[in-house]
Amino acid sequence: MPDKTLTRMDLAEAVHEEVGLSRNESAELVESVLQHISDALVSGDSVKISSFGTFSIREKSERIGRNPKTGEEVPIHPRRVLSFRSSHLMKDRVAEGNKR
Amino acid sequence: MIRSELIQKIADENPHLYQRDVERIVSTIFDSITGAMADGNRVELRGFGAFSVKKRDPRIGRNPRTGESVQVEEKHVPFFKTGKLLRDRLNGN
Repeated sequence: MPDKTLTRMDLAEAVHEEVGLSRNESAELVESVLQHISDALVSGDSVKISSFGTFSIREKSERIGRNPKTGEEVPIHPRRVLSFRSSHLMKDRVAEGNKR
Repeated sequence: MIRSELIQKIADENPHLYQRDVERIVSTIFDSITGAMADGNRVELRGFGAFSVKKRDPRIGRNPRTGESVQVEEKHVPFFKTGKLLRDRLNGN
């Protein structure tokens, strides 16, 4: 059954089944978890969830890019990008689960 | 921010929930994401990002100490792509 896409709704359903809160409140809690993680990252903090992984912010400095269509040189401004490093536990579970 | 601080924030906003339930809620969310990827599925959280599984082809690796060639088997690794809204927020848009 691979190649299914889960959404917020599926996470809320899991919370509803596991903890017994209403679907509505479960959905709000899922949203609130994502919101707190996002807010911490936007404030420049990294987020480390043990046995899951670490979200961290990387500062990219300015570089010269090129418009692939016109060949024109354009500056790519300094920006912040998010990187996610999965924990060993997650790596192991994903590797094991997808083994044939 | 670490897991326990995240749990504390959620607990502070939801005084009607027991701390241990908040811990279960947070664990359930992260375990569901990992479980989905272990089943070969992806998790798409609009505005935040998407977790998916990438396949790494088998390759001939090398033991960096001895220089010896070793066969590395095909494997699957977790991957996260940042959502557009969060990417924009990180850059103040």
